[in-house]
Amino acid sequence: MAEYSAWQVLRHALTGNTGWKPAWRKPEPKPRYDVIVIGGGGHGLSTAYYLAKNHGITNVAVCEKGWLGSGNIGRNTTIVRSNYLLEGNTPFYEHSMKLWESLSHELNYNVMFSQRGIINLCHSPAQMDDAARRGNAMRLFGVDARMVMPDELARRVPGLDLSRTARFPILGGLEQPRAGTARHDAVAWGYARGADRRGVDILENCEVTGFLRDGDTVTGVQTTRGEILADKVAVCVAGSTGRVMKLAGIDRLPIESHVLQAFVSESLKPLIDTVVTFGGGHLYISQSDKGGLVFGGDIDGYNTYAQRGNLPIVEDVMAETVALFPALARVRLLRSWGGIMDMSMDGSPIITTGPLPGMYLNCGWCYGGFKATPASGWCFAHTIAKDEPHPLNAAYSLDRFHRGYVIDEKGQGATPWKH
Amino acid sequence: MIITCPHCGPRDLAEFSYKGDATRTRPGTASGDLAHWNAYVYERENPAGQHREFWQHTGGCRKHLIVTRDTLTHAISHVEFPPTKAPRRSGA
Repeated sequence: MAEYSAWQVLRHALTGNTGWKPAWRKPEPKPRYDVIVIGGGGHGLSTAYYLAKNHGITNVAVCEKGWLGSGNIGRNTTIVRSNYLLEGNTPFYEHSMKLWESLSHELNYNVMFSQRGIINLCHSPAQMDDAARRGNAMRLFGVDARMVMPDELARRVPGLDLSRTARFPILGGLEQPRAGTARHDAVAWGYARGADRRGVDILENCEVTGFLRDGDTVTGVQTTRGEILADKVAVCVAGSTGRVMKLAGIDRLPIESHVLQAFVSESLKPLIDTVVTFGGGHLYISQSDKGGLVFGGDIDGYNTYAQRGNLPIVEDVMAETVALFPALARVRLLRSWGGIMDMSMDGSPIITTGPLPGMYLNCGWCYGGFKATPASGWCFAHTIAKDEPHPLNAAYSLDRFHRGYVIDEKGQGATPWKH
Repeated sequence: MIITCPHCGPRDLAEFSYKGDATRTRPGTASGDLAHWNAYVYERENPAGQHREFWQHTGGCRKHLIVTRDTLTHAISHVEFPPTKAPRRSGA
């Protein structure tokens, strides 16, 4: 019987709610595991979950520096979509979307996945053409996409400034109806509980401080809770990739760490029941079930590991919000925060074996990692278990830069702060 | 963040454009050393700590600067003009 169900809620209510078990154990580290996953964020936890579930590898530890889900899995704007253009990306993100669609049932944990759609607004005929091209590319890969026109936008998103006198008049947009949002913390907790129930040890407050090596081969990790041996060590640490890989002697990677800020307003009555993005600048906005507007824009644009940003981006994001929704001008900001993004040189991620024997690397998510959480873990688990990538992540290799097979959705080139 | 431009004095971050890691060395124009080109274009040290980086004072004197900044605290310890260009040489 499912651990969480209406019947269980009723049963525990009648017995004073004293019978609930913790969602995951707090085990002591064992001396040796088959696989160690470094990083207890969304991707690390889903990797551990799919290692156990899809590949029967249950002697797994997840080493987390702080508490579970303390990084970007709890710091994002919760948007889930698969509206990509390029061949290397679209099937991967669509696989993720399909996993999202059954995730709450799969985990027996309500991740509050809400397919409220995403609308990318267009403000020029050229942008409309570009959106149509992307929509067509998506449909060729079996992903849903449709163009929306201003009369429909007026009905669907009442607060939008659709006037012809707007600084960037809205001509229409591209919608992915199956896109939406999910409760980000629940994703971490759900995967953690699912992995734990299958035997995975989640080691919180267990910072990796070095790698154990036999020649080039990685044979385990040194942590703040002692040495732990492993056949395979998987690095899945997002913005900390540079720091952790340096411990293994890898000094240079196609990654820069940048800060992305996000914002939540005070609670409002229901106003935006979809996700809207602004094409005149860079803004994405949705409304949480609690009523707060959740929104963000560009990264700050300089290398940093500090989880806080500067004021020019704050001003920029607020200006864009008010340009799109003039009625929000007097809404107060409740909080803002920053998360560290592993910006890759082409804006696309890396899920690969290596670069050292016994090591596996998952990084380069830029600021789009949340939507990829299920497929990232699914593909990384496959890569670790089989020692080769799944066709879905074959393009996300580390040597694609050397070989000239970059996956650059924006056509921006190797300037990570502009992706 | 305030950057002290050696030409204009202390100015707000919004006046500057970021131009990235200043520690990389560009191969000579005629160089066919692909490993060096690859390292120059794609590989970064991405340090947590002191970082030497290019900025341009686009909202001011438009000079290029080399800023030494701590990526953990954003504290800027040094700002200088890049060294004057050596005369162009052919080959690597």
